[in-house]
Amino acid sequence: MDRQIASQVRVRWPGRMLAWLNGRMTACARGAMLGALAIAEAVLLHPLLFVVAFLIPIPGIGLAARQLADLTRRLCGEWCGVAIASPYRPAPAGAGEFGSLTWRQRRRWLTADPATWRDLAFFLLNPWLGAALAGGSAALIVYGIFGLAMPHHSTQLAGVTPHPLLGILLAAGGFLAAPWLLRCYGGFTRSLLGPTQHAELARRVSHLAQTRSDTIDAGAAEVRRIERDLHDGAQARLVAMGMTLDAAGQLIITNPVAAQALLTEARDNSIKALAELRGLVRGIHPPVLADRGLADAARSLALDMPLRVHCACELVGRPPDPVESAVYFAITELLANVSKHADADQVWIDIRHDRGLLRAGVTDDGRGGADPARGTGLHGIERRLAAFDGVLAVSSPPGGPTVVNMEVPCALSSPKTSSC
Amino acid sequence: MRVVIAEDLFLLRDGLTRMLEAHGFVVTAAVDNPADLLAAVTASKPDVAVVDVRLPPTFTDEGLRAALAARREAPGLPVLVLSQYVEQLYARELLADGTGGVGYLLKDRVFDSAQFVDALRRVAAGGTAMDPEVIARLLARNRGGDGAVAGLSAREREVLGLMAEGRSNVAIGTRLVITERAVAKHTASIFVKLGLQPSEDDNRRVLAVLAYLGG
Repeated sequence: MDRQIASQVRVRWPGRMLAWLNGRMTACARGAMLGALAIAEAVLLHPLLFVVAFLIPIPGIGLAARQLADLTRRLCGEWCGVAIASPYRPAPAGAGEFGSLTWRQRRRWLTADPATWRDLAFFLLNPWLGAALAGGSAALIVYGIFGLAMPHHSTQLAGVTPHPLLGILLAAGGFLAAPWLLRCYGGFTRSLLGPTQHAELARRVSHLAQTRSDTIDAGAAEVRRIERDLHDGAQARLVAMGMTLDAAGQLIITNPVAAQALLTEARDNSIKALAELRGLVRGIHPPVLADRGLADAARSLALDMPLRVHCACELVGRPPDPVESAVYFAITELLANVSKHADADQVWIDIRHDRGLLRAGVTDDGRGGADPARGTGLHGIERRLAAFDGVLAVSSPPGGPTVVNMEVPCALSSPKTSSC
Repeated sequence: MRVVIAEDLFLLRDGLTRMLEAHGFVVTAAVDNPADLLAAVTASKPDVAVVDVRLPPTFTDEGLRAALAARREAPGLPVLVLSQYVEQLYARELLADGTGGVGYLLKDRVFDSAQFVDALRRVAAGGTAMDPEVIARLLARNRGGDGAVAGLSAREREVLGLMAEGRSNVAIGTRLVITERAVAKHTASIFVKLGLQPSEDDNRRVLAVLAYLGG
């Protein structure tokens, strides 16, 4: 047993060693690149030019600065492991694109946004502090090796006693500290390029206001639809039934045969009214969803589909009613899309809940090419889920397959206990 | 024929009782909750039970679960489940034990008392009575389907649909305007295609319906 472990350790060691070396070397290289970028930024985007950009209408300079800042944010996320959200305020209403703004509007928009001034501070500090943090390890290594090779130069440069050990220590220190320095650089960048707490809250508030108004609109439209359906459907049928029954009542003595025909008509009308009410209820809150919850409701949808549907639904307990309903109708809509547009043979539905997220996915082997920007259906689902801070991700390359994934943060209630 | 009724709405419970008594049934108990249903089933040993899907306390699918529980308690007890809406999922669950004597109908069907009573007698005799709406939704599933059912011809599926509703070969023949012998040929072909052996004859119709529902 012990020998087994020992041999495993022996086998693993070279691999671990390589991974460790690789991690440090990558960190060194990335740090060097970020340092070089910081200095390049200083040259490319002289702070003076950056300020002038807002005063003189040179199209695109402000945008270029932001793009450069966005590049830095992205690299920080990918290389330093420090995700930085974009902090900018949205463009003024009525002008989605940069080009359609007058330079005065643009200047007002840019100068009023504190993120612009924080960008500026970043671009001022980055060539010094940022470059030192990011490129520090690479510089130490280069300098250390340089000192080893040419002790006299190193004496002249640093004014210290030339000693090979010092060179080795510097290089090793730089090598070992590379990942740490890279994280420090990420932290520094986030402190200036990341959204402030205030901006974060402002963004959250505007998101909530948007989704709230969307939800209220959708709710109101739904209520109008229900009212119209009731008015034109079941209500009208009940009125007709009442009139038919009245006529039958008048005829029952004089013409029993005609009265019987009218009674049959009234019964048929009541059956139709019931069918319409059933359809309406299914559209408001399907009984199977109320009875059994999302997983069984999805299975029930699968049974009604004209395609082969594979259902992998595992939920222990139930999400809150509104979330359940939103996800159910999202799946209904997605399945309708599949049968209308996808030309698919098979569909896979999977529903699960882990780490505080309800995940639902609908995948088909159809022709693909679904675009959330074009279809109102997908956009509607996105808005409905947004009310619960849920998100929708669509992958649908031409030729398929189409994969739609939804995630809604929510907790599950404990499974219902039954009385029998 | 002795019947137990479980329905929580008084008007419907009363109406059903009166209608069934008018057709010569003996209503041994008319209850409004699952516990009383189980008690009535064990106490009065009825020939058939009529159960509403929605019963207290949660008014979801208690009736369905009570019906299944009653069938476990009194094996082979024929059960007719009534509901405001029909779900294939529930139909499958009802048929899952493969012993037959199961009905699943929309409440609307009580408007036609002759047909309703006919369905109830079929269920009591061990047959099935699936609501035409369940069948219509199955027929809409023209593609796909599960395995063997996909291999049936359109006509055979039509016959199987009517079989699921609980029609006899004669009734199916009348409906499709073909001879009874033609219907028998179709049913034999259906049984072969679904791999149902002749020895299971009693249950073959139920098993075929179960296969049809994708169970």
